[in-house]
Formats: sequence, C-alpha cells, structure tokens
Amino acid sequence: MLSHIRTMWLVFLHLFRKKATIEYPEEKVKLHPRYKGRIVLTRDPDGGERCVGCYLCAVACPVDCIALQATEDEQGRRYPEFFRINFSRCIFCGYCEEACPTYAIQLIPDFEMAEYRRQDLVFEKEDLLINSQGKYPGYNYYKVAGMDAGVKAKGTGKNEDPPVDIHSLLP
Amino acid sequence: MPTIRIDDKDYEVRDGKNLLESCLALGFDLPYFCWHPAMGSVGACRQCAVKVFKDEQDTRGRLVMSCMEPVKEGLRLSIVDPAAKAFREQVIEWLMTNHPHDCPVCDEGGSCHLQDMTVMTGHDYRRYQYRKRTYQNQYLGPFIHHEMNRCIQCYRCVRFYRDIAGGEDLNVYAAHDHIYFGREKEGVLQSPFSGNLAEICPTGVFTDKTLKAHYTRKWDLTNAGSVCPHCSLGCNIFAGERYGEIRCITNRFNSEVNGYFLCDKGRFGYEFVNSENRIRQPLIRGRLVDAVSEDQLLEYLRHLTGNGNIIGIGSPRASVETNFSLMQLVGIDNFYQGVNEDTAFLQKRVTDILESGTLRSNSLRDIESSDAILVLGEDIWNTAPIMALTVRQSVMKTAFSQTVQQISLPSWNDIAVRELTQEARGYLANAGTSGSPLDKLATHHVQAAPDDIARMGYAIAAHLDPSLPPLSKQENELTARTGEIALALSLARKPAIISGISACNEAILKAAYNIAWALKRMGKEVGISYVLPECNSMGLALTKAPSFEKALGRLERNTGTTVIVAEQDIYRCLPEEQAEMFFSKCGKIVVLDVLHNRTTERAHVLIPSASFAEGDGSFVNNEGRIQRFYKVYAPENNNVIEGWKWLERIGGGNERIDQLHTMIEKGLSQFAGISTEAPAAGFRIHGEAVPREPHRYSGRTAMWAHLQVSEPKPHQDNNAPLSFTMEGYKGIPPAAIIPFYWAPGWNSVQALNKYQEIPGGKLTGGNPGVRVLNESAEPRGDFFTDMPEAFSARRGRWLLLPAYHLLGSGEMSMESRGIAELSPEPYLALSMQDAVAMNATTGSTMVVQIMGKAYSLPLKIAETLTDGLAVVPAGLPAMPVLPFGSWVEIVKK
Ligand code: SF4
Ligand code: SF4
Ligand code: SF4
Ligand code: SF4
Ligand code: FES
Repeated sequence: MLSHIRTMWLVFLHLFRKKATIEYPEEKVKLHPRYKGRIVLTRDPDGGERCVGCYLCAVACPVDCIALQATEDEQGRRYPEFFRINFSRCIFCGYCEEACPTYAIQLIPDFEMAEYRRQDLVFEKEDLLINSQGKYPGYNYYKVAGMDAGVKAKGTGKNEDPPVDIHSLLP
Repeated sequence: MPTIRIDDKDYEVRDGKNLLESCLALGFDLPYFCWHPAMGSVGACRQCAVKVFKDEQDTRGRLVMSCMEPVKEGLRLSIVDPAAKAFREQVIEWLMTNHPHDCPVCDEGGSCHLQDMTVMTGHDYRRYQYRKRTYQNQYLGPFIHHEMNRCIQCYRCVRFYRDIAGGEDLNVYAAHDHIYFGREKEGVLQSPFSGNLAEICPTGVFTDKTLKAHYTRKWDLTNAGSVCPHCSLGCNIFAGERYGEIRCITNRFNSEVNGYFLCDKGRFGYEFVNSENRIRQPLIRGRLVDAVSEDQLLEYLRHLTGNGNIIGIGSPRASVETNFSLMQLVGIDNFYQGVNEDTAFLQKRVTDILESGTLRSNSLRDIESSDAILVLGEDIWNTAPIMALTVRQSVMKTAFSQTVQQISLPSWNDIAVRELTQEARGYLANAGTSGSPLDKLATHHVQAAPDDIARMGYAIAAHLDPSLPPLSKQENELTARTGEIALALSLARKPAIISGISACNEAILKAAYNIAWALKRMGKEVGISYVLPECNSMGLALTKAPSFEKALGRLERNTGTTVIVAEQDIYRCLPEEQAEMFFSKCGKIVVLDVLHNRTTERAHVLIPSASFAEGDGSFVNNEGRIQRFYKVYAPENNNVIEGWKWLERIGGGNERIDQLHTMIEKGLSQFAGISTEAPAAGFRIHGEAVPREPHRYSGRTAMWAHLQVSEPKPHQDNNAPLSFTMEGYKGIPPAAIIPFYWAPGWNSVQALNKYQEIPGGKLTGGNPGVRVLNESAEPRGDFFTDMPEAFSARRGRWLLLPAYHLLGSGEMSMESRGIAELSPEPYLALSMQDAVAMNATTGSTMVVQIMGKAYSLPLKIAETLTDGLAVVPAGLPAMPVLPFGSWVEIVKK
C-alpha cells in the first residue's frame, strides 16, 4: 500500500520536471557526433572514392545487408561497381564501419530514413556516396598501401624505400 | 609405424616422413610456408620451428625446422614450447616488416596462407617503424597478375615453375633482401601451367588475373566440385560463382587424377559459361515469334518425336546422362556418336583394348609412380597437359628414388635430392610427329611419320617378345633405337605406355598395346593410357553407337528424318561439304547446346543446355573413371537446364539423376557403378545437407534486393546432397561432394591438408570417381600382327596431320579472352626440305587442295618434321575441318 502511494507521488512530481520528449519533427533531435545512424560512403582528401571494394564491411555485417562488386579503373584503382545496402535489414550496429580499412563506410548522426515502401529502403551507391571525408579527414588509403593505383608511384609512399634495382647485387 | 611424443603425448606416425607433415597429419596446426606436399622441404622460410628434445631428461631442447627433421622412433618434440612459439611469431614479424598494407586490395585476401599463418602465430601488431622495401611489378600475360611487394621469399613459385613444371622463364633475381621473383623481362609466362602460381604462392604476389576482372572473395563464392570439361583427363576442379557468373576455377585435389595442379586451359577456360554467346532461349524457327515457352516447346517436340522417324546424335562433350537420355528418347538403334568415322573407329579400337581387361588402364597416379615411360605418337603436352606434367614428375621421381637408394636421404629433402641427382632422369621415350617440350627430358625422342612410329612400336614389342616377327634388317635408322627402348622398358619394374588417337593412326594404338602386352607377359606391372580428344569421349565411345557417317547413310535412305543433336557442332567434326550434305538430308533439326555455333544456326528447334557449371552430370575420363560434376549455381534463367533434363522432359521421363543412373546401369552394363560414383541426393550428415556457400557468405539480404527487397527462397536441389545456401553441415563431407576447402584457421587452399589422410595422400574416405575399365584377374590376349608399311613421301602430295594446341584447339576454352589471345594463328607446317623444294619460305602462302577446294595458309617451317608430312593446327575457330590422315596436294601460291 505504502509503495503504491510512493510511486504515485513520484509520478506526480515528474509533472514539474523538464520534458525529455521533444516536438519531433518540428524540433530536431540533437545527436552526438558518434551516433550510429545513416550509412554513407565517403571520399578521400583528393576527392576520390575511398571504398576499395574489399568486401570487409559485407562480411562483417551480421545481417548480410551489404552487397557490392569491386571493379578497377585503368590505373588499377579498385572501387565498387555497385554498392547496395538493404536498410530494411540493417541494425545499425556499426560493424561495417569498424571493419572498413579505408574509413570509406561511416555511420553518421542521422536517422531520418523512414520510407512508406520497404523497397525504397534499398540504397545504391548513388544514394550512399557523399562528397566529404566524413568523420575521419585526411586519410587516403592508397598513400599507405604498397600498390601503385595511380595515387602514388611505387616506393613514394609513407615509410617506403625506392623500388629495388633488381640488376644490382650490392648490399 | 614409429611412435613420437608430441607435447608429452604419444602418437603413431608414418615412417619416412618429416615432423611437419606428421604433425599436420595428426591435425596439429603448425605454420609453414616453403614446404609443399608435392614439392618437399627446403627449410627456407624458418616458419615451422618446433623444439626437439634429446631424451626424457632433456629440458632445454633445441629449436629445429620441423620440415627438415625426419621422424624417428621415440622422438620427443614440443609445438607449444614458449621458445618455439616465440620463434615462429618473430619469423612472421620479420616477414611483415616489409609486407605492404595491401590486404584490402589484395586478391589473395580471405584465402591467404600468409594471413592464416600470421593469425596462427599470434603476431598482430606492427612494432617496426621503419621503411618498407618496394619493387616494380611485371606484366606476365593475361592469366597471372604480379604484385611483387607482397613476397615473403619462400621460393615456392620458382620451385614449382622450374622444378615441377619445367618452365624456364621465371626465376629469382638480385640478392639478399632484394631478391625478386619474376621474368628477366616483362612478358607472357611461357609455361602452360603458370596458373598454378596463383595457388602455390602463399601470398598475393601471383594471383588469378581473370578473377581480378570480376573480383570476388573466396568467402562470397557459391561452389561445387566439378570436372574440367576441356580434355579427356577429367581433372577435378572447384568452380565458384557469384551474381550468376562463374568467377574462378581452382584445383580440387584427387590423388589419382590431377593431384595439386591444373593446366591453364582448365583453370582459365571457364569464361564460355559467362559468354554473350550462350543460348538462353528455346526457339522454334520459322514461326512468327521464334522464342517459345517451355510448354510450347515440349508440345511441339513431343509431336515431332512421336512419329518414330528420328535419330539422335550424341556428343563427346555432353555428359553420360545426356547421351543416355537421348539414346532412350530416340531408341538405342537410332543413336549415333557425334564424331566422324575415323575418330569413332579409333576410339572403338581403344575401348576394345581397354574393355578386354588385358591391360591396366593407367590413372595419372599410376603414371607418376612408373619407372619407365614410353609415349607413342601422342602429343600429350598439348592434348593431355596434366598427363605431360605427370610424366615429368614421374621421370624426376624415378631419378630421385635412385638417388635416395644410394645414400640414405629422405625423399622429401628436396634440395639435397635434386643436388645429388643433378641431370639424371628416369627413363622416358617420346615418339611423335612433331617435337614436344617433353623431349628435353626424354632419353630417346623420335620424330617420324605415324606409320613409322607404329612400326617402331611393333619392333619394340618384337624385341620384348620373341614370338613376334622382328623388323627386316634393312630398316631405316629409326628402328635402330627400338632395341634400346625395349631394353629400358624391360629393365623397369613398372613401365607405362601412353598413346592416343590424335595422330589419326590405328596402327599406333595397336603397337602401344603390343608393347604393353609383351611387357605384361614378362611379368611387369605395366599399364597403358590412351588419350582421347574430349572430356567425355570415353563415355561416348563406350556406348558403342555407330558414327556420324552411318547416320548420314541412314538419312539418305529415309527422308524427312527428325535429327536431335545433343551438344555437338557438326561443323567441327566433319568437313564443310559433308556437314552441309548432312543438314540438307535432315528433316527437322533439333539442337541442344551451350553456345551458339554453326550447327545451332541450322537448327529448326534450338534448346539451351546447361554447361558443366549449371548442370549435374558425369564424364568418363580417358582412364575409364566416371566422375560426377555438380551444379554450381542455379541460373536465374530456368531455360538453362541440363541436356538430359530437357530430353527427359520431352520423353516424359523423370528428372532425378539417381534414378537415371539406375536406368543407365540397367540399359548399358558398361557403365555399371555409375550409381555409386557419389552419394545420392538424399544423403545427409546429421540430417544436414552440405552447403555450397562458406559460412561467411556475405550479402545474402542485399544481393538481389534491388529487384525485390524480400529475399528469394533458396533454390532446392533434388539431384545432390548439397544446398544452395550457407547453412548445413560444416565438417568434412565425403570426398565426392566437397564444395571447397576450409578449416578453422585455414582459409586458403592449404586447408586441403585437413581433407587428406596424410598431406599429399588420399582424400579422407577415398578419392572420388568409379573406374569402369578394369584389368581382369587372368588377362588373356593376342598380339596384333598387321604391321603397316613404312612411310614414304609422295611426289606433290603430303600426309595431312593435325597439330593440337593447348591454348587454341579447344572449342569452349577459346571463348576465354586470355586463351584466345595466346592461341596461334592458322598455319601450315612443312619440313625444311619440302619447303626448299617448293621454293617457299616462312610466311609464304601455301594452298592446300582438298576435294576440289583450296585453303590458303601461311607456311611455317618445322625443322624436325619428317619430309612428306604437312601439319596444320586443329580446332582453331579460324580453321576449317580438314580430312586429317589423308593425302593432300599443296602448292605455293
Ligand atoms: S550497421 Fe551493422 S547491420 Fe548495418 S550495414 Fe553495417 S554491419 Fe550491417
Ligand atoms: S570495408 Fe570499406 S573499403 Fe571495404 S568494401 Fe566496405 S566500404 Fe569499401
Ligand atoms: S612470389 Fe610468392 S611463392 Fe614466390 S617467393 Fe614470393 S611469396 Fe613465395
Ligand atoms: S589437363 Fe585437361 S582436364 Fe586437366 S585442367 Fe588441363 S584441360 Fe582440364
Ligand atoms: S616450412 Fe619448414 S622452413 Fe619453411
């Protein structure tokens, strides 16, 4: 009995507290920068697509909602020919972002993705690729990779010796 | 069996092995790089360290490379010893100091032995903050991509390429930590076995360039065990699919067939499956709308086939099932082989010999373990590439076993054995019409006209068996060597004789038989192999159906006959005029095939059939081994189904392969055993089917979401105990249905170790395939005595012979861009003397006249060709079918 009265009293007190709910959508939710919402594909500092089509996000995804196909340009730079996320399956766990070795795929603070038709929740690369580096500015995967994919010549990357002269036997 | 003590537990291991293979055979995870079951140990990578103790009292022990240490009774070792573990981890860490940050863009990733070993040793964080060594890459041709930064200097590539495949254009350059694995200059790798580099190299230095063009990770492929459709050896392969396309072919181990390696035609010849040129829609031509639905098609065909005036043409590249279903539909007397009379005749000779049970039909493993080999009149380098590779291994191994007998040296100690063996080789005699890369290894090699090769064979047999008439004294110089060859064969314990039908000469087949039978009568463990042209040539020949020309005669007698052609291009087996004549005599023509070709153009009714990748079926290889291949994926287009299913649908039969097999066994006793070649469709392990997809197959809920957001129901398979999903039994299934190799911690192809009884040995539970041609317990035989006349050149006429090209002669494989790029242009080869006599030089246009038709070809001078022979490439798309084995006129234009 006493506990019932105590509970009702506490509820009553809440009437005078500051409201936690907001008048969404008139009023927008403040999200933290690391909030894991809408997924985007970002670009590197030179404006190139960051995604190298490595399939790691796809394999990390617990609900298997990422599908892509890698392809290459003439210089040997890999990029996704198509990149599809089925948001009607995504659970916004952020594993894809964690798996991504190039910072290409990022979850950003935005959850306004509701659709009336489920089919409209299937996003293609055009819907995902943004013109920004997102949360991780400055990183360009091909500058630190060993490959020459048109971004840097062999041996000119960070911490790389110039290519070996294979005709020399000198130490 | 010695007992060794590993981490204080006793294990029985096989004698004569090294510690590494013994540990792996016991199921221990021990990292390694440079050792390979087919190549032995060199101790180059220092990755396989374990601690070995002197005796029970020894507590300090010493680090040794397990791949270089033989098994000894009572030996005590530790894998988990902290010093050994730390050593292995440090080795990886050193290797990694130079390894590029490439995994995301490296095609090896996800099936990389280096990744696996790095994880296995526990190295996970780069401490070395200094610079990495870099290299320039080389262009190595259309098959292999080179990314040299990733090298860990294990030497496997050059050891495979030079020691195993006999290639000369890949080598190691520079010195110390600058060593470089590549060619002297950029350029196409010359060995037709170069594709194996992609599997041999434990890193991403050498990768499959055709896979790169539509790259998919190993974990994303839907796979099934299959059989290579490009030659008669029937190498076992895995085919992997993604998004409705075959993406790559990898080796499926079978210790009795292909072992660890494939040829480039087999590995890269898959692109026809994805070709634009595929037939995808059933057509009834001459209607307002050609394209018809399945119901319309079946109704039309049932009507057409109802009247009884019908024949069926089987095919050497169609499965046993398709040929049988056709035979059933048209009636056994109305079924013909889709090969010309000459081929059918030669193949009949082969099946007669092998079915008599007089001789053992050799498997490739038998050839590998032989100690003397005679190749009589077959260019196996081009017509049976993996057999040529096997012959090479056999010749080397014979020499090695002689070496290790002299001093006690374990046979796996590769460098030491090779050093000691030097240039010594086991015995190989190679007789052919044109030279072969095998000649380099051969003790005797002979180039002669087919009849002379046959005479030589008869003479060898006569040397071996005194009951045979010897050659007359005044024979040409060729037969001088027969005595030596006969002697070498008679000294062997297990000689192997290889021949085939590509020289278009029956006497050669008989001569090969005579030699083998003579050896058998001497008590030798002899075996014989006949190479045939196509993947199911043996399966078709075993039906004993009459040849194509017989069908032609039949059509002349009965007009308006409906002809059903199952997966054969008539224009590839008959000269143009005869093919035209054939079609002009047919009533309605029904063609089932995979790709559009000239025959499909003539079809009134055209039916798409599944390739090896979309269909279930079996091929019989040249040895007489029935091997099952499985549907890799279910194509979206349900018109693309197996030939046999279409034929069963027309005939109202059933579409279960297991029931069909029972019927085949009832109808054709020569295929007895086909129902046991693989587990039945209802086979389950703990109630589960075996998944075609790895357990980390990705994108399941997105890959088709653009079409329909709800995932499609997985396709059901009624014909195999395999599922088209990632769910199912995760352990090791029976060998015949293994869809890919994977074991915990082993993502690369090296997971194969876990599927074998011992590394390099049989697959657990036995290799797949059922042999239908077996040696009888009490063989009885006779010699052939009809030796042909010696060859003599004729004035103004030449004996026309085919030259098969590994890359180029295959009908299907030429759809692959890389293979087409490397295939030769048409040519006509003559001997130097003949060319000079006609005042012609290399490149001169020569005109070959055949039955009133003239074919112009550029001249190539073949130094070693016998005068009076003319050789042209066979099977090139640009080449007409010529009457090989007949005499033609040639003039210079
Ligand atoms: S957030 Fe999670 S569920 Fe969504 S795509 Fe990424 S990995 Fe998949
Ligand atoms: S993990 Fe990153 S780079 Fe790799 S495919 Fe996904 S988005 Fe692209
Ligand atoms: S290229 Fe590959 S196989 Fe050759 S040494 Fe380097 S890592 Fe080993
Ligand atoms: S040897 Fe023949 S069966 Fe083997 S991979 Fe090559 S073409 Fe295929
Ligand atoms: S595997 Fe033993 S040293 Fe390389």
